[in-house]
Amino acid sequence: MRTVQGLLDDLRGALTADRVRAEPLELSLYGHDASIVDGGRAAVVCFPTSTAEVQACVRIARAHGRPFTARGAGTGLAGGAVPLDDPVVVVTTKMNRILSIDVDERVAWVEPGVVNLDLSRALAAHGLHFAPDPSSQQACSIGGNVANNSGGPHCLAYGVTSAHVLAIEVVLPDGDVTVLGGLDPEPDGYDLRGAFVGSEGTLGIATRIAVRLTPNPPAVRTLLVDFLAMEDAAACVSAIIAAGLVPAALEMVAGEMIGAIEAFVHAGYPTDAAAVLLVEVDGLPRFVDDAATRVRDIALAHHAREVRVAADEDERQLLWKGRKSAFGAVARIAPDYYLHDTVVPRTRLVEVLRKVDDIASSRGLRVLNVFHAGDGNLHPLLSFDARQPGVVEQVHEAGREIVLASLAAGGVLSGEHGIGIEKRDLMPQLFTAEDLDAQARLRDAFDPDGLANPGKVLPAGSRCGELPRIPEGLWV
Amino acid sequence: MGVTSVLEAFAAEVGGHQGGAVVAVGGRTRFDVGGALEGTPREVHAPAGIVEHEPAEMTVRVRAGTTVAELDDALARHGQCVALPDRDGSTVGGVLAVGHSGVRRLGWGPVRDAVLEVRYVADDGALVKGGGPTVKNVSGYDMPRLFVGSLGTLGVLAEVVLRTRPVPACTQWFAGETEPFRLLRELYRPAALCWDGTTTWALLDGHPADVDAQARRAGLQATDAAPTADALPHRWSLRPSTLAALPGDGNGPFLAQVGVGVVHRAVPPPARPVDAAVRTLHDRLKQAFDPTNRFAPGRRVLP
Repeated sequence: MRTVQGLLDDLRGALTADRVRAEPLELSLYGHDASIVDGGRAAVVCFPTSTAEVQACVRIARAHGRPFTARGAGTGLAGGAVPLDDPVVVVTTKMNRILSIDVDERVAWVEPGVVNLDLSRALAAHGLHFAPDPSSQQACSIGGNVANNSGGPHCLAYGVTSAHVLAIEVVLPDGDVTVLGGLDPEPDGYDLRGAFVGSEGTLGIATRIAVRLTPNPPAVRTLLVDFLAMEDAAACVSAIIAAGLVPAALEMVAGEMIGAIEAFVHAGYPTDAAAVLLVEVDGLPRFVDDAATRVRDIALAHHAREVRVAADEDERQLLWKGRKSAFGAVARIAPDYYLHDTVVPRTRLVEVLRKVDDIASSRGLRVLNVFHAGDGNLHPLLSFDARQPGVVEQVHEAGREIVLASLAAGGVLSGEHGIGIEKRDLMPQLFTAEDLDAQARLRDAFDPDGLANPGKVLPAGSRCGELPRIPEGLWV
Repeated sequence: MGVTSVLEAFAAEVGGHQGGAVVAVGGRTRFDVGGALEGTPREVHAPAGIVEHEPAEMTVRVRAGTTVAELDDALARHGQCVALPDRDGSTVGGVLAVGHSGVRRLGWGPVRDAVLEVRYVADDGALVKGGGPTVKNVSGYDMPRLFVGSLGTLGVLAEVVLRTRPVPACTQWFAGETEPFRLLRELYRPAALCWDGTTTWALLDGHPADVDAQARRAGLQATDAAPTADALPHRWSLRPSTLAALPGDGNGPFLAQVGVGVVHRAVPPPARPVDAAVRTLHDRLKQAFDPTNRFAPGRRVLP
């Protein structure tokens, strides 16, 4: 173990002593994120409050030959913020100011620690919002959204985080500060902004973010459609997409998850249904009327039992509360759960969902499904009790099989949680050695010394000639 | 030839380092962007053709040499389209390499947001894939966005997967003398707003009743004459909030995309300063992806 005293002294000199922590409790807390990835270990945890302080953290880490790992609210589910190789952990939660809101230009500059929902709340009076709305939006930070290119239900029509980030001030891995992208539409050069979004902290640390603001739609209609067969619900999803309706959101809750949610929030979900679709259409009033009618017709043609239209904003909020409380509801069923994230072509939802059921039941696990059906983004959730011997291994094996089944159907590894550590070693299932080498070239161009959040996204050996390196004590 | 072998044949044509300097040629509609080439690199043309269009998926896999017009025609048969601008003869690969968005960017988003997966020929002649075919994907680095606007300097695009959009039920240009910045606030998601300092044009799409209602409320008259930038060959990229100052700025006539910031003018834009760190990143990326400088040598992505 390398000595940390000199590192601590330098960091305390640059920040303040109370914002540079190395007590065992903190090191343990910041060794994890919301994923089930275990075995992370921080050397020191820093809480900078400015770009200059982030820059100081990076420079001091470099000077001591240490890597650094940026961390937002710690809600990540793929281990992207789990510290490997005893890094300096740079927590951005104290950089939580909304710096400016330009209503006419529809741009806000925010610090990375601003909580996603806080931004939309601050914008409400202006009739604007920040479109990406991950289920963790009450807690997750915009810096974390940038790192993971986060999604959410409404990304179906509005696009994921990358479509809503115009410019990013970053501290690069060599300690330089620059701005990637710009507020003008066609900044010169390569789209470094685009490359940075979704790079999971491996290309630098975002310190200020210019986000695009979306006008609130003049009309919204939310429909709850229930089915006695999951296959009908999935076919209905495909039919809605094929009809070119592009709903603002198109979510599915299936099987046991419906009852779990209903018992938790009493949103009026029909507990005897096999699947429930939450469909939202928004826009100008006639389009919304027309689209809602067409969704209803398509649903009935696919054997929907009932189509319930939210009568007012309160009822709409209640229906959404059900969807967004799903993961809290699961806690009532089993003490532990493992939430997966893959994407499959929308036309293959039925077969993959069946396959996921088979995988879980063959291992004696329960699977609950609540997911972004409209963009084929599955979130099978395996609930279990980790105290039962051997069950954790079963959960991991099932998870791997679910990912492979998604890839076999023409899907991808992750829709919005990212690769992190969780899926790093599955990358070769989706990409060839040449593909991974190209991604490693991109990473190395930003970070030639490999100090920015090492051990994430790309498996060891992605770059030709790279020596494999397995962090000590890592357990995924 | 099968789907893969067409790409493999193209990769072989581009070749590895021993293949020397090459430049990908599309429809030559924006071939001068990035400046003159050095020497006479061998010209290569990406294969053409739509590989797969599953309408219910709202995505299309298309080879880079396909013209945007051909793609539009094929998609239109299923009531779909892509947010790629067309000029006479533009190819999909060319449009993406240049990265300029079309006039509908305000409503439809930039070209870069339409690309889900790229397959390109790398410096060593390998076929490389980045991104993925699904509409949502965060598996690894966003290679597609790195390639959009890279002017063919990092690799040669061979095939891409694009997100499609439904063709709107109604699309109509309107014109009037209403102040464009007021329209930007009052209209809900217009597809385009253009302004030459006197006339404001709005392109509205969607349900016909909504289009009519929005136009009526804003005092706009339908027109068959879309604004044209034919006499304004230069493209400026400005912050949308600065466009009000365009009239009388001494740079002559303009046609501005209000809310976006693309401005067409008769005179070229002034060169903008490039931050040293950004230039270093560009140099390193070029070195990493094209160490022998064989792709479009001489073409500059930075001023």
